[in-house]
Amino acid sequence: MSKDAFKNTELIQASLKKRYARERRFQLFGKLAVLLGFVFLFILLFDIVSKGTPAFTQKQLQIAVDFDPDKLGVDASASAEQLRQANFNAVIKSSLRDMFPEVTSRGDKKRLYRLVSIGAEYALRDRVIEDPSLIGQRKDFWLLAHSEAAGYLKGQISRELPEVERKVKDIQMDWLDQLRDKGLTKSSFNTLFFLEGDSREPELAGIRAALQGSFFTLVVTFLLAFPIGVFAAVYLEEFAPRNRITDLIEININNLAAVPSIVFGLLGLAVFINFFELPRSAPLVGGIVLSLMTLPTIIITSRASIQAVSPSIREAALGVGASKIQTVFHHVLPVAMPGILTGSIIGMAQALGESAPLLMIGMVAFIMEVPGGVTDPSTVLPVQIFLWADSPERGFTEKTSAAIMVLMGFLIVMNALAIYLRRRFEVK
Amino acid sequence: MQTSTVFLTLVALCAVSFFIGRHKSRLIGMAGGGLQTLHSLPVHYGYMAALWAGLPALLVFIVWLGVEAPVIRNLVIAELPAEVLALSLDELGLYYNQVVGVALGSVDVGVVDANQVTAAHRYNELLTASRGLKMLLVSLVAVIGGLLAVMRVKPDLRARNHVEDIFTWVLFACSSIAVFTTLGIVLSVLFEAVRFFQVIPMNDFLFGLQWSPQMAIRADQVGASGSFGFIPLLVGTLLISMVAMLIAVPIGLMSAIYLSEYASRRFRAVTKPVLEILAGVPTVVYGFFAALTVAPFIRNLGESIGLSVASESALAAGLVMGIMIIPFVMSLSDDIISAVPNTLREASLGMGATMSETIRKVLLPAALPGIVGGILLAVSRAIGETMIVVMAAGLSAKLTINPLEAVTTITVQIVTLLVGDQEFDSPKTLAAFALGLVLFFVTLLLNVIALYVVRKYREQYE
Amino acid sequence: MSTADANAHGAVPDEAVGLDVQDHVDVAHYETIGEPYVDNAKMSARNVNVYYADKQAIMDVSLDIGENEVLSMIGPSGCGKSTFLRSLNRMNDIIPICEVKGDIRLDGEDIYGSDQDTVLLRARVGMVFQKPNPFPKTIYENVAYGPRIHGLAHSKAEMDEIVETSLRRASLWDEVKDVLEQPGTGLSGGQQQRLCIARAIAVSPEVILMDEPCSALDPIATARIEELIDELKERFTIAIVTHSMQQAARVSQRTAYFHLGKLIEVGDTKQIFTMPRHELTENYITGRFG
Repeated sequence: MSKDAFKNTELIQASLKKRYARERRFQLFGKLAVLLGFVFLFILLFDIVSKGTPAFTQKQLQIAVDFDPDKLGVDASASAEQLRQANFNAVIKSSLRDMFPEVTSRGDKKRLYRLVSIGAEYALRDRVIEDPSLIGQRKDFWLLAHSEAAGYLKGQISRELPEVERKVKDIQMDWLDQLRDKGLTKSSFNTLFFLEGDSREPELAGIRAALQGSFFTLVVTFLLAFPIGVFAAVYLEEFAPRNRITDLIEININNLAAVPSIVFGLLGLAVFINFFELPRSAPLVGGIVLSLMTLPTIIITSRASIQAVSPSIREAALGVGASKIQTVFHHVLPVAMPGILTGSIIGMAQALGESAPLLMIGMVAFIMEVPGGVTDPSTVLPVQIFLWADSPERGFTEKTSAAIMVLMGFLIVMNALAIYLRRRFEVK
Repeated sequence: MQTSTVFLTLVALCAVSFFIGRHKSRLIGMAGGGLQTLHSLPVHYGYMAALWAGLPALLVFIVWLGVEAPVIRNLVIAELPAEVLALSLDELGLYYNQVVGVALGSVDVGVVDANQVTAAHRYNELLTASRGLKMLLVSLVAVIGGLLAVMRVKPDLRARNHVEDIFTWVLFACSSIAVFTTLGIVLSVLFEAVRFFQVIPMNDFLFGLQWSPQMAIRADQVGASGSFGFIPLLVGTLLISMVAMLIAVPIGLMSAIYLSEYASRRFRAVTKPVLEILAGVPTVVYGFFAALTVAPFIRNLGESIGLSVASESALAAGLVMGIMIIPFVMSLSDDIISAVPNTLREASLGMGATMSETIRKVLLPAALPGIVGGILLAVSRAIGETMIVVMAAGLSAKLTINPLEAVTTITVQIVTLLVGDQEFDSPKTLAAFALGLVLFFVTLLLNVIALYVVRKYREQYE
Repeated sequence: MSTADANAHGAVPDEAVGLDVQDHVDVAHYETIGEPYVDNAKMSARNVNVYYADKQAIMDVSLDIGENEVLSMIGPSGCGKSTFLRSLNRMNDIIPICEVKGDIRLDGEDIYGSDQDTVLLRARVGMVFQKPNPFPKTIYENVAYGPRIHGLAHSKAEMDEIVETSLRRASLWDEVKDVLEQPGTGLSGGQQQRLCIARAIAVSPEVILMDEPCSALDPIATARIEELIDELKERFTIAIVTHSMQQAARVSQRTAYFHLGKLIEVGDTKQIFTMPRHELTENYITGRFG
């Protein structure tokens, strides 16, 4: 045998180089796979952050506004109602013409007016209603720039591009350059983005309505899914007899966890909207649908953490004469609660990011107004992202990315909370 | 909000019952020689009274809410003149909706006929009556229930057991919601799908090679064969899913292998959660990324090497979907590979196998069933994924397996058919439910098989 | 290679758990009694120390294994005998926190030397584990695994021959020759362990390390393995860790007694069991602890 062994040693030694090369290659593939995962994540985040960051600043132009009563069509003695009807658009236009007297052609004038956002006239109106004495005066005002003009000022549009391929024309760029050189442009934090609802104008669009809609939807989801999920988990862990019905329930829960979300949307449309005639586009229906969708997650994680509670606690409670229900609700659930909350937060985070089933139940409407209750038509943040992503205007691309950043911010906070809870739970 | 008023009344009645029940049991207990003479604590008598007051009334309330609208509708329609009743079901529905609109003030009286105005008045009367009756009935049932319970309060009443029995049933009801959800999905989708198949023969749907639902809106085209052929959607769905799997499976599996077999504990502890961020990114974000970044990039790349790539190519959607599924495949494979007993690793390494030989020749073959199960779950996710394809895949159904062209998927069509203005009952709308039915059963089948395979696999090493 | 081996799965063997040097018997300063060294040493260990992170599992052990002898290692749980055995073919490399110091030689070659290759080493020093661990493959593939990865067979016929010889040497051939394509996991526990032995000898190792190979087997299966060990020593050098003193007495020529990481006494098996020289050895073999 020792001769055999000697022969083997030589054979193995001869093959070693090749085998080690294969080993290194295999390891390299592994490293490459992990690296690719990182690269994808990085590109995704970088793409969104770099596109979205400019949306958090807004550009304003300083315009010397001449509140000419003739152009406004009202004088200083006008009532608030009259002021509301006044023609502030004309005032802005004439003020712009005053600043650039050389502009004469109709086309150029039109381009000139496009420097300022449509929202500017409403801002001026509010100022004048506040202080009617402005009428007849001439005063410098910071007015919101049009999203295209703002895009140029933010450096997103380059002159290099052929003029036909861009919305901001050379002449508009010249005016904006002039304004910038005179110090008549400024950037400020875009508060409108957080205070306004949707708008057709990118510079006026905000996520407030969508946030409120998401909030209402999540509240409904939580109020339904949390108690039902925890109760279901308690039943399955502590009370369920081993029989066919219990098996059926468990199989159903496991399968529901993997049903595509859009199918839940079909359920919502057919059952809650068409059959029960609940209002379309409402957070109420959205919440119900999402709660059905998140139930399996909550049930499965709650069961796991109820299971993890040491049996000695149950025995101790039962031993002093507590009933099964008292044992569970006084002793087992409090211990399992951090785990249950962790699961619920993860479920809520899923619900917050979900959009497909909500499309089915009509939460895709164009909503400018901030919803006031769970039956008002509204949209949610992910669906708002979907709507904006579909808009052709360039200005909406940055809004979309910014909304994504906000959404991801919420998700990160929720997940961090879940991780924190789990860590604390594990230490126990 | 009338509904919430009734609900709050009900809650108040429950609370009152609770206090009366508790108070009475205390009185009886004291009279009988102290609270220890009672079978249960006073609160249990209170809970019992509250449950007796609340549960039957809640049931009445829910049933009433469910039948209210259809009953009123039937009553109002029954009184409409004969010529209106002669309208087709759809037209009648529209007519009735206008009546409701007038009644609620959302439709201007000027645009409707006199019959509708009368009917609107009738509707309002009935609604008021119904609301009054509802309030009355719910309160009555609650009061009677509460009274019955309070009357039964005696020292030997086993209130605690009673309350707990009811509560156990409530717990059971909560867990059975999962069954009802599944049932609801199956029934609602099946019901509408059956109506669809009454118009479009099932064979045309299952084996048709052309999908163009738009044509069917025109009255003369209803039932036109060939418009609802499902095959192009299936091929499109599978094409995109396959691209996704080609990305996700190698990367996910290799990362799992590297992290569980090669990487140090610290590297693993940092890397795994970071890669799992990919799983937490909402799908709409991936959709945006696919449509605005990846698709143009691929198109430009293709153009630069002389290939014509559709701007909504299956490749872009599939690639991004693959990225989304990487962490899913990774965690599943990781679980599965970790479940392979350590003794097998030692046996192989102990004979002088290198780590990669051990992985390729021992661990992976041993883990294969589990990994296949995990991949099936991932495929089911890819097939059911909606937002990425809605945003980045095409709308028109093209029967092709070229990933550079634009294809559409089942989920995209469901969304396009159902979002926006829809006439209910048109085959176009119903088709969405037929697609939903197919989607539900395909994913269900994949999941059942996958879960079974994975479970068998785990049992093998337990 | 060592980084590749050091993965998250490498678990510390059971023995190392609960190891506490400060036991009631002070062994810190003992010198090994007996004859640790032999003339025809196949493997020789000098001043070996093994650590699991901060804990020392093996303290300054020097021991030879002679050519074609069966050396048994006995001792109470946690004495380090398995750890020592695993350092003889560098299986401890798999455990990230484990560190081996000292000098271990195979045919005079330092196995922890920088030019030493674990693949080749483990092909020369095979191992049989406590629990039978056949791969979830056919019986044939189990045995063919080693020759296949090492490229020892150049044809199907050669492979068949290796498989048959190995199974015959593991005295399993007659039982399985008709079911070679059945999964190895379907065999009985004793057959599985013999299959693992066949798998180990298929690559013609020079030394076979056995880590309590019979602890999971019934007495009849154990007896067959013991017979087998006796036959195998004609061809191989064998080191066996065992919990059973009777087994050590039956199969081995030399016996080493470990206690709390120290090699207390080593010598001729007969002598150790009839005339132990150290009090601890005597206490152990007379059953005072263990």
